[in-house]
Amino acid sequence: MKDIVIIGAGIIGSFLAYDLSQYQLDIVLLEKNKDVGCGATKANSAIVHSGHDPKEGTLKAKLNVLGNRMYEDICKTFNCHYEKIGAYVLACGSEEEEVLKTLALQAKHREIPFELHDYLTILQHEPNCSDKVTQGLYLPSTAIITPWEVAISLTENAMLRGCKVHLETEVVNIEKITAGYCVHTSSGKIETRCVINCAGIYADHIAKMINPESSISIQPRRGEYFVLDHTKEPVVHHILFPVPSNKGKGVLLVPTIHKNVLLGPTSDFIDEKDDVSTTKTGLDYVKSHVHQLVKDVPMHQVIRTFSGNRPVGNTKDFIIEEDSDFSCFFNVAAIESPGIASAPAISQYVIDELVSKRLCLQKKTILPDILKRPCALSEMTYEKRQNIIKEDSRYGHIICRCETISEGEIIEAIHRPLPALTVGAIKRRLRPGMGRCQGGFCEPLIIQILAKELNINENEVTVEETGSNVLVSKR
Amino acid sequence: MRKHELVIIGAGAAGLSCALASYHAGIKDILILEKEEDAGGILNQCIHTGFGLHTFKEELSGPAYAQRCIDLLSKTSVQIQCSTMVLSVTKEKQLVCSSSQYGLETIQAKAIVFATGCRERSRGAIQIPGSRPAGVLTAGAAQRYLNLDGWMCGKKVIILGSGDIGLIMARRMTLEGAKVVAVAELMPYSNGLPRNIKQCLDDFDIPLYLSHTIVKIEGKDRVSGVVLSQVDEHLQPISGSEKHFDVDTVLLSVGLIPENTLLEQAGAQLHPKTRGPVVDERCMTSLDGIFACGNSLHVHDLVDFVFAEGQRAGYAAAEYLKKTYMDCNVIMVRPEGNISYVLPQKLHTSDTKLLYRVKTPMKNAELILMSKDKVLKRVRKVSLIPSIMEEIAVTKELLQDCDEELIVEVKPWKN
Repeated sequence: MKDIVIIGAGIIGSFLAYDLSQYQLDIVLLEKNKDVGCGATKANSAIVHSGHDPKEGTLKAKLNVLGNRMYEDICKTFNCHYEKIGAYVLACGSEEEEVLKTLALQAKHREIPFELHDYLTILQHEPNCSDKVTQGLYLPSTAIITPWEVAISLTENAMLRGCKVHLETEVVNIEKITAGYCVHTSSGKIETRCVINCAGIYADHIAKMINPESSISIQPRRGEYFVLDHTKEPVVHHILFPVPSNKGKGVLLVPTIHKNVLLGPTSDFIDEKDDVSTTKTGLDYVKSHVHQLVKDVPMHQVIRTFSGNRPVGNTKDFIIEEDSDFSCFFNVAAIESPGIASAPAISQYVIDELVSKRLCLQKKTILPDILKRPCALSEMTYEKRQNIIKEDSRYGHIICRCETISEGEIIEAIHRPLPALTVGAIKRRLRPGMGRCQGGFCEPLIIQILAKELNINENEVTVEETGSNVLVSKR
Repeated sequence: MRKHELVIIGAGAAGLSCALASYHAGIKDILILEKEEDAGGILNQCIHTGFGLHTFKEELSGPAYAQRCIDLLSKTSVQIQCSTMVLSVTKEKQLVCSSSQYGLETIQAKAIVFATGCRERSRGAIQIPGSRPAGVLTAGAAQRYLNLDGWMCGKKVIILGSGDIGLIMARRMTLEGAKVVAVAELMPYSNGLPRNIKQCLDDFDIPLYLSHTIVKIEGKDRVSGVVLSQVDEHLQPISGSEKHFDVDTVLLSVGLIPENTLLEQAGAQLHPKTRGPVVDERCMTSLDGIFACGNSLHVHDLVDFVFAEGQRAGYAAAEYLKKTYMDCNVIMVRPEGNISYVLPQKLHTSDTKLLYRVKTPMKNAELILMSKDKVLKRVRKVSLIPSIMEEIAVTKELLQDCDEELIVEVKPWKN
């Protein structure tokens, strides 16, 4: 009998696995994909919002503000990327300036640092700002991260603390048993005292497995994006938002940790939960809207488009509660924006308000040292890099020329506690394929390395899930 | 720190011919750095024939062509260091490179030639909507998998773009047992060589859909199909013209982009149209003593032309090192009208030639070289197409009559 089964290893599941594994509990984290953080965690704007935006009185408002204050330390702990680059909400005209005033008041009330800037001040900090802009709300505590990096580090360290992680394990049914629950999965059943449902877009399905009367309903809202190549001169220095509307935060320009720029998202409700297609209409919408905030968008620098589905609930807020009829069954659902920003605080809230009421939480006396995210060779000093290559020459063999990633780093990622088993998993950890050639040169080499290290044939290597093989047969 | 007279980055056709020319012009201390295990560059995966008629007066396969160059170099003091990636280059001509064998090292050169080739435009760059399953590859990647690694990447294939690699791969995949259902081209004309249309598509009954593009890719884990649509004169899809194809693979042959990340970081001026560096007739970039040639300068039609340009750059680098390089007046070259680009972008008054490409096909035209309003030269052209690079000779005398700017224009022929 396990103490807790966590369903879904997105940013929420991995925070919970890490935070809960400091206690004397027997925990299992279940993930249907071959890697963690592959749902909404993988495809979003990668922003730690300040918390100025959500409606007063909501969990979103409360947990976003708290989460924002927690991230810097968390990222430092794991050596994950974090940059507090700040954001601007930009108003064009007096009507929109009124909205800024309301947001500024909200920020003040929540003790979020802010400044109101006029156009000329904005222009000093953001030379590419459109001349249609009249005023901006500057939010210096807004930061950028690489969300999946955090999910990977959390999961890996949860594992070191004794949490069991089962990848490629899909929950097919959940049954009430006397002592708790029996979770039936694609690879066997697990009995547990508690269940935490953080299955993202599928959280309603999971909730209904135990309680068909559950009122939780999740509708996917698709966001489509462009990714711009890194340029010599940054296109924008801050995250730029338009003033929010009933459709959400609008089309943004977001610099990423690796000096790319995200343009997007759209915000469209769709029917299919895992349909992450991009559409011409959606991409055209983004194209026409980014131009309202900045003068020049180098659309010829687009290297990729993608879309992600945000799990939108039916309460306009996060749904974090114990099932009304089934005790010890906790739903952490509808974690749409600002989900990434709120995640550490959500985990804490679940533990304090829900789990601690049902289980006795006793801290482990000894916790293992934190396993940090390895530094990329390309970010190291010349001497350090030279020494690493001297010890293991595979670190001298560069596989990805766009992002300069070595064979040694790729092999290391394949053999970490949470292994990178797919082309996509390696891409998320090290970035080969995220550069301007989009894997055209390095993918064949990465497939060779994966096949060799995993002792499988090259046509058995997948990009992501089963069936996503690149190669089909020997010539 | 290692020191070399001349360092060439890339051991493909351009880098190898550049080394040969420089060596024969008297430079003995030459190092070629190559990222792959073997010299030869992309030639090594081009196992079809059709290379070398100009340079070697016979028809060779890609690997045989590369071997000819390597054999010629083996008789010289030129060193080729493979499995070595250049990480950075400065305008002071210092290179940092990484390899398993030598680790991280810094090399000081007196002259550098970039012969770094090009990369293929990816799906992201042309923004094809739809899902993002496995099975969408560039034609060059598919060629590598098949010809170097021995793996087929699909059984039922559609090819977007009628660039030469796409055409070659249509034939190659068919010969290996795949079904190539169609080649689709956005433009109303092909960007491939006419002989490749004939030999790779017509001879295998593979349909070519001009003015068509893929408007949707389908499939969750692996491609399951695509929707093809006709486009109007503004290249926008025409509603109602959609055709569905069941395929497991989409190959992209939608253009090549000169690879100049390092050169850009070093501070060289790049040309927005060619996406290669701005050069003079000696292939020298805006950085003193740093040259570029081959597909990293601009995308060529034939490897023989790459070879010839490599020779030019190699000879010029040798002249530079021997300090016999004379500086004189600079004339800027500017394309007008239907001229897509002209190389070089800068000229000194010497006997040389201009390379140019048109934007759209033209019949019965004339090429005009002008300085201000004065016509310097007119040449009749029966047919001009974007897939064929044209050249025109210019003499020192002609350039002496030229102002600071030489305008290259193409107009309908009038007697």
